[in-house]
This record gives sequence, structure tokens and C-alpha cells, in this order.
Amino acid sequence: MITAGIDVGSRTVKVVLLEDGVVKGKRLIFPGDLDGDVAADTAYDEALAAAGLTRDDVGAVYATGAGRKMVKFAKDSVTDMSAGAKGVSYFFPTARTIVDVGAEEGRGIKTDGSGKATDFAGNEKCAAGAGSFAEAMSRALQLSLKDFGDASLRSSKSIPMNAQCTVFAESEVVSLIHSSVPKEDIAKAVLDAVASRVCAMVRRVGIDKDVVLIGGMAHNAGFVQSLKAAMAIDEIRLPEMPEYVGALGCALMAAEGGR
Amino acid sequence: MSETLAIADSAAKPEFWRWEETSWADPAKDWRSAKNITVGIDVGSVSSQCVVVTDGELYAYNSMRTGSSSPDSAKNAFKGVQDKTGLTLGDVHMVVGTGYGRVNVPFSHKAITEIACHARGANYMGGNSVRTILDMGGQDCKDIHCDEKGKVTNFLMNDKCAAGTGRGMEVISDLMQIPIAELGPRSFEVDQEPEAVSSVCVVFAKSEALGLLKGGYTKNKVIAAYCQAMAQRVVSLLERIGVEEGFFITGGIAKNPGVVKRIEKILGIKAMETKIDSQIAGALGAALFANTLVQKNGPLKPIAA
Repeated sequence: MITAGIDVGSRTVKVVLLEDGVVKGKRLIFPGDLDGDVAADTAYDEALAAAGLTRDDVGAVYATGAGRKMVKFAKDSVTDMSAGAKGVSYFFPTARTIVDVGAEEGRGIKTDGSGKATDFAGNEKCAAGAGSFAEAMSRALQLSLKDFGDASLRSSKSIPMNAQCTVFAESEVVSLIHSSVPKEDIAKAVLDAVASRVCAMVRRVGIDKDVVLIGGMAHNAGFVQSLKAAMAIDEIRLPEMPEYVGALGCALMAAEGGR
Repeated sequence: MSETLAIADSAAKPEFWRWEETSWADPAKDWRSAKNITVGIDVGSVSSQCVVVTDGELYAYNSMRTGSSSPDSAKNAFKGVQDKTGLTLGDVHMVVGTGYGRVNVPFSHKAITEIACHARGANYMGGNSVRTILDMGGQDCKDIHCDEKGKVTNFLMNDKCAAGTGRGMEVISDLMQIPIAELGPRSFEVDQEPEAVSSVCVVFAKSEALGLLKGGYTKNKVIAAYCQAMAQRVVSLLERIGVEEGFFITGGIAKNPGVVKRIEKILGIKAMETKIDSQIAGALGAALFANTLVQKNGPLKPIAA
């Protein structure tokens, strides 16, 4: 059976098509001005078209993410935590701690190896410790997110960021630029700050091997490095398509028909 | 480098957040006939003020945006007053610095915390019945309790989060593309008071506000929802140490009726009124402290800027 998982996040919509445990297609779009339901429709149809499939070929659709209720054609919806844990088990059955850092959320998820989430802790009220923080700072530094992460790797300095709030940190970054601090040192300072916020949340569920990082921030090599240092661990495992893990987990759950 | 880029950027789009910089001098007074002339400089995170007090009375002030360097911001704040009144640093008997950049005022004789200065300034502005001061500044929000002399008895502050600060309001003004001074009045131009935005975080509130606009809210309604959220946030801070009668608001947000009226409504207490610019309370307090010190110890030699 072919199943689909749709993850309507705060910034992007991700679709994964799955047939008998094999990924048949995937699609990510930035909705921009589109409403959540239209964006989900668009992303779904584009994923199907690219895979040479139609809606009739799909046995079940599950949705997840902050906007999961907007996917009207989904048979069921599951939380980000469940979908994330399920998706990670596909790549790493040995995973015990999942760190999920997306655009507006950062969280730690505890999993038992069967693909179930057993505990989680995340940010709810504050953007510190989420991808949008790093994004705002890379904008202040006028670097692309990729260059921002790479720049951070070239720094060995540890400059503490005083501001926790994204809004204040932006002014702090500007004043660091004014005082001629090299961009790579500022980039590292910012990513260290995000990593330390994320780490504080993950500690609440406990840090057990293997540790897996999912969400868009997994593409940021500098962040991965900072996170390792903050968590005091040697290895963080990275799935090959970290931003699709929630959608994949969803498609897997749709195939099992359970929650 | 980034300065020029920022300027190029600002030329491309109007700056809705930019509030009016002001300078004022009392036309009925002349510093040349004063016995004691003291200056308070408040270098805040977003705005800087210079206040001149002659013989213990407010004489002149200048309020402007803080630049990238604290010493320059302090100098520029004084220069605004100098240009208006002809007063030079050589004529001043003492300078006290306050605000987050208080140790970086190159020509100050002493630094005093903004908490003490705000209480002292509010005591002058609102009279000796002021007991609770809510200072809503650019990057922090403080609840200060004081006695009849303007001496601090207790205080609490939030400086971790932009929610409930002027900086947060600037972000919303930019997002809505409405000049910051219009936000308050516009927040009352709604058929029905909306629910407050649920996100405390300014970053999240931005996406929530965009969602509301998409969902058919008018801009005024979104602003109302944001002002209400800010008021709730500030009240939750105030309630931690309580509000006593003699409630006085200082800082830039005191000028935003959209937030002030909603705070008053939730608390059931009216804020005291004053004719003096609420943003100068800190610098005014600093200048008043300087005046007291000059009366006690005599004038000090000027320090070159």
C-alpha cells in the first residue's frame, strides 16, 4: 500500500510518499502567503505528480505539525513528537534521545526503540532555541544559513551571548559587528547560544545514546558542532533527510493504521 | 560597513518604528541666572536622554535614539541641549549617568542605577504620592516601589524577553507598516475587542499576527490583540510585587494609550498624569541626584567629553 505523511510546520510543508517501507517521493514547499490548507494541497499534489502517482493510488494520508488540523483530506493526525520518534526509528532503531529543531520549535524527545515517544520537553513561549533565532541572526550577519553554519566551524572562540531573546540578540549581533568581531566568531556565538537553549530542554528528558538530530537545523554543520559541545557527547547521528523525518513518521504510521 | 548597509536598507522602505526625537527648554527660565546647574544622562538600550536641572527644577531636555556607541550617544544627547540653550559642559556643576550605558558616559562624575533614577524622576514628575512606578523601556520592563521621597523600597524587572517592551512594539509597528505613534489610537478603532494574541514571544507573535491578517482580521484588530497581550504580560509582572495607589508610568510605552488604557482596565487603577515627557524620567532623576550632591558637597570640575 502507498501511504502519505504531511507535516505542516510553522515555516514549511513537507510531504513524504511511502510504499511498503520505501520512500517513493518527497516534497517541501514554503507556503509564503498561501493558507495552510492550500499549501498542504499544493505540496501533496506536487509530490504525487513528481512520483507519477494520483490521489487514488494512496491508501491513507496522515498529517502532523503545528498546522496538522488544516489538512482536511488526512485520515488522521498525530503529534510532532510521535511522528518524529516514528520517523527516526526508520533510520536509527538504536535512537533513545531525539533533538528536533525546526523553525519555531526546539524540543527533546525520549524514545524507547520501538518508534514511540515516551517523553518530551520543548519551547512553547520563546523563540530562543529554535531555528528562527539562527535565521534572524544570519540575516543580521548577511550570510546565507549554509554559510552561517560553515563560518561558525572556522571559529574556535567562545563569545557568550548575553541576550536570550531573539529580538535583543539581533541588536547584540549588530553591536558585535560594529566592534569588528569577525563574522565567524559571531556565528559561533549565536549557534552556541541556540545549542545551549536546546540542550537545556533536552536535559529535561535526559540524554541517552544514540542521540539523533532532526529538523531543518540538522543541515547546519556549525549548529551540530555547537550542540555536541553543549551536550558533551562525541556523536550526534543525522538522518539523510532531517526535515522530512516528521512527514516520514506520519507515512509510516498511516501504513500501520495505528497511532 | 553594516551601518551603510542599514542606511541603504532604510532608504528603501519607510521606518514605521521610528519615534519622534524631542528637545525642549523652559522658555521662562535662563540657566545663566541659576545657582546650581546639574545634568543627568540616561543612555538606554533604545533611547538616550539628557536632562538639565537648574536649582532643583527641570529646565531642558533632549531625547533621541541610542546609536551604536554609548559614549557617542551620551555626547549627542548633551549636544541637543547645548544647541538649544547655549549651555556648555564647562557651565555644568555635576553630571550623573544612568541607564544601561551609564558607565560609558565619558563626562559624568558618577553613575547611578536607572532604578533609583526612575523612582526619583517619577517622584518629581508625579509628586510625592507616587508609590508604584511601571517603567516600560526599550529592552526591559520594571516595577519599582518607592516611598514619599522617591527612594526605592522594592523592584522587579524583566530584561530577558522583548514581550512587554518598546522594542517589541517597534517590531509590530514595522510588521503592520503603521507609524509607532498611531498604534495606540488605532487599537481602539475596532468593533469589538479581540482576544489577546496568545504568543508571548515577539518572534512568535509576528507569525501569529500574520495568520490573523490572513484570517480576515483588520490591522487595527491585530494591533488591539497585540496591545492587549502586552498589557496582560506587564500586569503579570506587576502583580508579582503588587501595585499600590499612586501608580505612575514612565518610559516610551507610557505614550501608547493602547497599552496604558488596557493595563489600567485590567488593574482597575488609573495611572497618574503628568505634562512631562515620560521618557525623560531616568535622566531627570539622575540630574536631581546630582543637584542634591552639589548642594551637599559643592560643584565639581567639568570632565572633558
